[in-house]
Amino acid sequence: MPELKQWRELPVAGALAPADVVQPHTGGWRTSGRPVPQFAACVNCLLCWLYCPDSAIVLDGTTFAGIDYDYCKGCALCVEVCPSGALSMEPENDA
Amino acid sequence: MSAPDPQLLTGGEAVAHALCQIQPDVVPVYPITPQTPIIQTFSSLVADGAAHTEIVNVESEHSAMSAAIGAALAGARTATATSSQGLALMAEVVYIAASMRAPLTMAVGNRALSGPINIHCDHSDSMLVRDSGVAQLFAENAQEAYDLMVMAPRIAEHPDVSLPVLVCQDGFTITHAAEPVTMLSDDEVRAFVGEYRTRVQPLLDTEHPATHGPFAMPDYYFEFRRAQAAALEACTRVVADVADEFARLTGRENHAVEEYRLEGAESVVVALGSSAGTVKDVVDELRDDGEPVGLLKIRSFRPFPTTALRVALDGARDVIVLDRADSPGGAPPLAAEVAFAMAGLDVTLHSHVYGLGGRDLHPEAIRQVLHGEAPRYVGVRGEPCPA
Repeated sequence: MPELKQWRELPVAGALAPADVVQPHTGGWRTSGRPVPQFAACVNCLLCWLYCPDSAIVLDGTTFAGIDYDYCKGCALCVEVCPSGALSMEPENDA
Repeated sequence: MSAPDPQLLTGGEAVAHALCQIQPDVVPVYPITPQTPIIQTFSSLVADGAAHTEIVNVESEHSAMSAAIGAALAGARTATATSSQGLALMAEVVYIAASMRAPLTMAVGNRALSGPINIHCDHSDSMLVRDSGVAQLFAENAQEAYDLMVMAPRIAEHPDVSLPVLVCQDGFTITHAAEPVTMLSDDEVRAFVGEYRTRVQPLLDTEHPATHGPFAMPDYYFEFRRAQAAALEACTRVVADVADEFARLTGRENHAVEEYRLEGAESVVVALGSSAGTVKDVVDELRDDGEPVGLLKIRSFRPFPTTALRVALDGARDVIVLDRADSPGGAPPLAAEVAFAMAGLDVTLHSHVYGLGGRDLHPEAIRQVLHGEAPRYVGVRGEPCPA
């Protein structure tokens, strides 16, 4: 745990450089399972990437490459918009 | 150079001309009486090519302040304007503007808050955002509204401040009443306000990306609020410095307080806004009759000039605070400030509420107030309450 700063040490308005920002893994907020890809069924339309509100769709260049479960909050929007059935919600412990 | 001729302008027009001379880069704004003449006049000036400002016609005051924050933090000199319900709708975002340290300026035409719905002057709208962390300067007349508007960007953008500054003028009484106003030249105003500067990392500096408005848990929220309070504490000195510089340029005094005939004054009225002008007339009349009375006018309500007020009022016997806003069930806002500032001094505080919803304050009522003959609520039918 880093030492907490005094008020005079804070940046003006709390505008923080990326290096100063603690990155909490908000994927821990998922409560209703996780989206799991079937790569064979993926047509690479990237609608999941476009719709994901947490930027948790991982691309390799412009190719769908999976889901970043550290940040996926399990909203299932990607499953909803996937036209090819390549994404489905699965319980956490089966994934 | 020779003094320019005064021009006949309403307070709203005077502030619009000041804005035109300041040339903000962005003005997101939504019309509302009695602010409308400010943006109406300013829009005409921009349409005529007198300023390069991008006016953003937003869909509400909530959006106006939201857009203003974005513009100011992106690196654009930004101003807006509002009144009453507009300020109430905007209030949520006014707090955020202060917390994000957006150095913008806002002209306020003070108007009563609903209900009942009313379009005329009182200070309840300003007092609604009293604790938001913005600076609030109150004008007595159109000239002061112009002067304070020219001073406002310098205060807002000072590195130790970096906060929104509200320039408040009484709705209709100042916004719509024409008076002689002496303006500076465009070049003088531009030299006075200088280039836009902000201490906050500009949003559009993509070489140095930053997170703005981060979440703060109990381990940091309090430290951020303390830093914000320090900015308003520093603002007291900045208001004084900018007023000094403005006085050297114009010969006009616009400091945080104005002491009017306080020499040997035993009864002193404390007031904000246009009523101070009426009080001055009554003070002059009573002084002619040999009565030791005076006025302490507050221009800077936030930051509140606690020390200056305490010094000015030490030696008075009775201090009479006139509030144009009420705080039902508690002390009216100006009276509360004055009581805090005077704690421990051997003076008696009298608190009166007057002028709500545009009710006029007549000289006779001020005489009664100064003679201890007025009820707590001045000018309302049915006062004083029967024993």
